[in-house]
Amino acid sequence: MRPLTLRCLLLQCLILLMILFVVVVVAMKFGAVPVSLYAFGRDLLRFLFGQTSQISSDYGLILWNIRLPRILLAIIVGASLSVAGTSFQALLRNPLADPYVLGVSSGASVGAILALIAAPYFALPPVLSALLTPLGAFLGAAATIAAVYFLGRREGQIDSNTLLLAGVITASFLSAIIMFLMTTVTSGNTRGMAFWLMGNLSTSYQKSVFWFLGIGFFVAAGAIYTTATDLNLLLAGEKEAMHLGVDVPRVRLVVYIAASFLTGLAVSVSGSIAYVGLIVPHVMRLIFGSDHRTLLPTAALGGAIAVVFADTLARTVVAPTELAVGAVTAVVGAPLFIYLLRRGAS
Amino acid sequence: MSSGSALSRNPSEASRSGVDPRLSVEQVSYAYSANPSQAPLFTLEATSFQAKPGELVAILGPNASGKSTLLKLIAGALAPLSGRILLNGFVTHSLTPRTRAQRIAVVQQESLLLFPSRVWEFVLQGRHAHGRSLRFESDDDVMIAKNALAQVGAADLSARSMDQISGGEKQRVILARALAQQPLLLLLDEPTLHLDIAAQVDLLHTLRRLAAENRYTVVVVTHELNLAAEYADQVVLMQRGRCLRVGPPSSIYQRELLEQVFQTPLTVELGPSGRPRVTVLSDRQ
Repeated sequence: MRPLTLRCLLLQCLILLMILFVVVVVAMKFGAVPVSLYAFGRDLLRFLFGQTSQISSDYGLILWNIRLPRILLAIIVGASLSVAGTSFQALLRNPLADPYVLGVSSGASVGAILALIAAPYFALPPVLSALLTPLGAFLGAAATIAAVYFLGRREGQIDSNTLLLAGVITASFLSAIIMFLMTTVTSGNTRGMAFWLMGNLSTSYQKSVFWFLGIGFFVAAGAIYTTATDLNLLLAGEKEAMHLGVDVPRVRLVVYIAASFLTGLAVSVSGSIAYVGLIVPHVMRLIFGSDHRTLLPTAALGGAIAVVFADTLARTVVAPTELAVGAVTAVVGAPLFIYLLRRGAS
Repeated sequence: MSSGSALSRNPSEASRSGVDPRLSVEQVSYAYSANPSQAPLFTLEATSFQAKPGELVAILGPNASGKSTLLKLIAGALAPLSGRILLNGFVTHSLTPRTRAQRIAVVQQESLLLFPSRVWEFVLQGRHAHGRSLRFESDDDVMIAKNALAQVGAADLSARSMDQISGGEKQRVILARALAQQPLLLLLDEPTLHLDIAAQVDLLHTLRRLAAENRYTVVVVTHELNLAAEYADQVVLMQRGRCLRVGPPSSIYQRELLEQVFQTPLTVELGPSGRPRVTVLSDRQ
C-alpha cells in the first residue's frame, strides 16, 4: 500500500519534461530547410547562454522566429487538448470521450469562424478583436458539449454508446456548417477550410497571443487540477462520488467550463486536431495509472510531446510540402479508437 | 493500536451521542413524480423511527415498498417532503457533501469501475472527505485503510485488482471503504444481493460485530427475512410506501402480518437462537 506522494509526481513530470526537451530540440533541427547538427548545437548553446547576437541571422530567423513559436504553439495546443480529453473522459464516464470525437472541436471551430466573420462589424481595438476568436471558440465548445450531453442521455442516465453516436452526428453536422460558412461567407481572413477541419499549426501569431494562450492554459488546467481527487471518485458514478463527499454539481460545472475553454483555446489557434485528447490520456493511464493527480499533469506533458512530434512529422515527411498535423494524429488515433472500442465491447 | 480504536471517533462525540438517539427519523414523507404537474408516481407516507449507537436496523418489505427511498432520505441524498432526519442533532439533508460523508457511509448495490484500481486504492477513496481537495494521503489515512480492510477480513486482498476478486470479496472491500470514512451511520442497500449463503451470513455477522465494536448505527435494506431476524435489533416493515410497524424482530415477525405484507403463505417459529424464523410455504404443501 503506497499512496501517491508529491515527490513521485514531480519525478514523473521531470522525466516527461526531459523527453519534451529532447523532442523540442529534434523538432527545431528538422524542417524544410536543413540545419546541420553542429551549427544547431552551437546556436542552441549560444541561445541558452544568452549570446543571441552571435547566432547567424539566417539560422536565427528560421530557428527562433519560425520554428520555435510553432513548437510553443504545438506544446500549448497539445497540452490543452489532452487535459480537455482527460476531463471529458472523467466527466462523462466514457473512456472514448475526446474533444474531436464528441464534436466539441467542430463546435469550437464554428464559434471561431463566426467570431472571425463578425469581428469586422464590431469596432473593437485590435487586442480585444484578437480575443474574440478564442471567446467564440469557447462558446461554441461549451454549447456543443452541452448539446451532446443531453442528446447522449437515455432515461436520465448517460448511455455510453448513445453519447458517442450523438458526438459523431454532431461533429458531422457541424463540419457541414463549417463548409457552408467557408464557401458562402468568405471574408479572406478565415484561414481556409482545411485549417478548421484537419488542424494546422503553420499560422504565425503575435507575442501577445502566446501570453494569452499560456495564461489561459494554466488558469483552466489549474482549475481542473483542483478537482483531481474528485474526478477519481466521479469515475465510480455521480451517486457514489456524492456519498464519498464530492460536491458533484460544483465539480461538474468547473470541469465543464474549464475543459470547454481549453478546447476553444486550442481550436482557435490550430483548428481541429484529431484524437490527441483520446490517445494521450490512454497512454498515460497505462504508464502512470488512473489517479487524476498524476494523470492531468502527465497528460498535459504527454500531449505537448505528441503534438510537437506529430507536427515535426507533418513538416518533414513530404517536405517541402506540409501535411496537416491533424492528418498525422488521425492516422495514429483512429486505429487506436477502434481498438479501444472493441476492447470495451468485449 | 487496535483496529477498533483506530476507527472509532473522538470520545466527546461518542458520549454526547450516548444520551440521545443517534439517528432520528421524524415523520418523514416523500413524493416522486416525473413531472411536477402530474400526480406523484410514488409516495412515502410519514415514517418515524429512532436508532442508538451500536444498533442494527433492518428495513424490510416487498419490492417497490419504499425501502431504498427511505434509505436515500436517511443518507441525505433526497430532501424529504415533510418531516426531518437528524443524525446527532444535525439534519442530514442540510449537511454539505463533505461533512455528510464524514458522518454517513453508504454501501450501494453495485459499484461500477471505469478503470479498475487496486483494492487498497479503492479503500483509500473512503478518506476523501477527511482531506482537503488536493492533498496526498497521509500515513494515518493508510493506517485507517489497512485497519478497515483487516476489520472485514480482507487484508490479504490489498494488492489485488478490483476486477479480479469475487463478488463476496468485492462486497467486503466496498464495506471496508465505508469503514475508512469513519462514519457514525452506516447505510447498506441490499448488501447481500448476488452473494452466496455463506457470504450473506458472514456479511451480516461482520456488520453486527462492527456495530458493537465501533458503535456504528447500521441501517440495512434487505430481502433476507431470516438474516434480518437473526441479526437486527430493530425492524422497519414497509409496504407500498407506508411504514407498517417498527420494533424488535419478535414483535414484527407474526404470521398474519408477514403473509399480508409479502402476499405469500408462510410460517413463523422460534429458531434455536431464540429469534423468529420464517419458512415460506409453497403451493405443494
